[in-house]
Amino acid sequence: MALLDIEGLSVRFKTSSGLFAAVEGVDINVDRGEVWSIVGESGSGKSVSMLATMGLLPWTAQVTADKMAFDGQDLQQLSSRQRRRIVGGEMSMIFQEPMSSLNPCFTVGTQIDEMIKQHLGGSRKERHERALDLLAQVGIPDPARRIKAYPHQLSGGMSQRVMIAMAISCNPRLLIADEPTTALDVTIQAQILELLLRLQEDTGMALILITHDMGVVAETAKHVVVQYAGRQVEKQDVKSLFANPRHPYTEALLSALPERAGDRDRLPTIPGVVPGQHDRPSGCLFNPRCQYATEHCREVEPVPAADDPARTLCHYPLEDGISPSPAAAGAARDNPQSSPHREVRP
Amino acid sequence: MSRDAVLSAVNLTRHYQIKGSPFSKPATVKALNEATFELYPGQTLAVVGESGCGKSTLARVLTMIEPPTSGKLTISGHEVSLKEGQRPPAALRREVQIIFQNPYGSLNPRKTVATMLEEPLKLNRKEMSAAERREAALEMIAKVGLRPEHADRYPHMFSGGQRQRIAIARALMLNPKILVLDEPVSALDLSIQAQVLNLLADLQEEFGLAYVFISHDLSVVRRIADDVIVMYFGQPVETGPAEEVFTTPRHPYTQALFSATPVADPNRRRERVHLKGEPPSPLAPPPGCPFAPRCHLATEECTQLDPPLDPVNDRVAVACIHVDQAAAKYAVAG
Repeated sequence: MALLDIEGLSVRFKTSSGLFAAVEGVDINVDRGEVWSIVGESGSGKSVSMLATMGLLPWTAQVTADKMAFDGQDLQQLSSRQRRRIVGGEMSMIFQEPMSSLNPCFTVGTQIDEMIKQHLGGSRKERHERALDLLAQVGIPDPARRIKAYPHQLSGGMSQRVMIAMAISCNPRLLIADEPTTALDVTIQAQILELLLRLQEDTGMALILITHDMGVVAETAKHVVVQYAGRQVEKQDVKSLFANPRHPYTEALLSALPERAGDRDRLPTIPGVVPGQHDRPSGCLFNPRCQYATEHCREVEPVPAADDPARTLCHYPLEDGISPSPAAAGAARDNPQSSPHREVRP
Repeated sequence: MSRDAVLSAVNLTRHYQIKGSPFSKPATVKALNEATFELYPGQTLAVVGESGCGKSTLARVLTMIEPPTSGKLTISGHEVSLKEGQRPPAALRREVQIIFQNPYGSLNPRKTVATMLEEPLKLNRKEMSAAERREAALEMIAKVGLRPEHADRYPHMFSGGQRQRIAIARALMLNPKILVLDEPVSALDLSIQAQVLNLLADLQEEFGLAYVFISHDLSVVRRIADDVIVMYFGQPVETGPAEEVFTTPRHPYTQALFSATPVADPNRRRERVHLKGEPPSPLAPPPGCPFAPRCHLATEECTQLDPPLDPVNDRVAVACIHVDQAAAKYAVAG
């Protein structure tokens, strides 16, 4: 049985112009000790789907799912009191902006203590010891002094370490990290990612990393979910995703990476922009930007093929970098640089 | 100094004075220390480094928003000598334009695109009629890949990538020779980033622009830069042609920075040059080499001597006393 088992997750927001489907049809099955990544551009619904899993969305959100279970417990059936016991304890989350996720009015120690008191209990002395342990575990030098520090006295990297300490304080079985390193410098990012992977290995917890950075995905995750405009477009393990993307969006995204573009004079681009709330196209959401799109794609919304393990949301999933779409032959003729991911860097 | 350099900087330095208060002593923040480089038409000079390394201070000095504390800045053959609070001559200001990271914040929400593009002409080209200005604005709108009907729209009606195109159009209205790009694609999504980078490459070819490209994204820099300056704590630590710096980084910081950058290739597992700790506080600079506290090669000597930027060959210069050792070690690990 999977630790986190989500099928057909949809999140709709009530807005002044009707319901807006921010997330639709997301499936994710995370087993114990697995490292997953959800990758997508802004507005792809990657954060919203995980916030829905955590139950952290405001009342304007309508969360529905065919199945949403954590460790066998149906999250949709739980009372909010029961759910609060899981959230923060067995399933916890860290966010992008460490500086604004911490309360500026309390010391780091107080904030970690609050977590432990809420979920694990214990005497004041035991909790203090545990907090010191945690700070040491996340690599904060001189924990005895830092435990009395206020968030403004810490750098961005240190604040993120404190957030991680809080998130792992109750030995979670699932940690969701929402762009944990986006606000940090690369050398600090490397430290934080290494820390997360080390903790994951030591404790055997599962880790879901939400990111937009393909480099971070390649270096940390084992399995990847790609999202576009709120839809899950494909799900693969990391090596085959980079070698053989199934969805044209993934293919285009990978080839737009400067480091994969090779010696070409100009970068391959994806024309247009991600559709917003009011300009959703009919049929496949990616069709206006897809080089393989046909009339069929413009009219009929795709569904993943039943026998496709990657659950590719496309009428014509790529096979070994070649699209079976009737438009592919034309696209290749018009644009000799198509399917550029086949060119491997030296 | 080479005669055809469009911009040359010699020992460019910018310090900030911090006033004392009842709780703190006055201090000097050395935001930029002795940067020396030349920029040629049609070339891209990339400045890379982490936050707080003086990249943006360099941008402010180059665009004459702030005068350098010391050092010499020459733009199109004219030496810029500014005093604190003095405005640079208009003729020089026209030569250098800047594009900021956040296109949401750098466009006036109450002005239409055409108004924004015409404004620099109104101020600097008094002889142009309103019709001529409008025509020039429309021409530029087409050049940056926007449509004529966009001219009368407001910034909030555009996406991030389009707004960055507007910012680029506005910067180009006065035909500058130099464009300072301060993290121009960092706020953009990957698919949009490639579009803007291609636009910048097209414009550079068309107008022979010289770019100073400030970025922390090394994969972008590697792709577009001709020359690179790696900065740490306000000081250039390694300079040279991009290709050479990227293939054989010599300064331990450059090596650490490159190895910390994630590569989008799951089959590649590299030996990381680990960096301990964080950059020092500018109010309490460490003695000697500012990188010494985080450097795996640091010795006693490093904490006493701040190494100058020394040429290792006729192209690359590195500020490290253990440069041979660092280069050898990297060659083995790489």
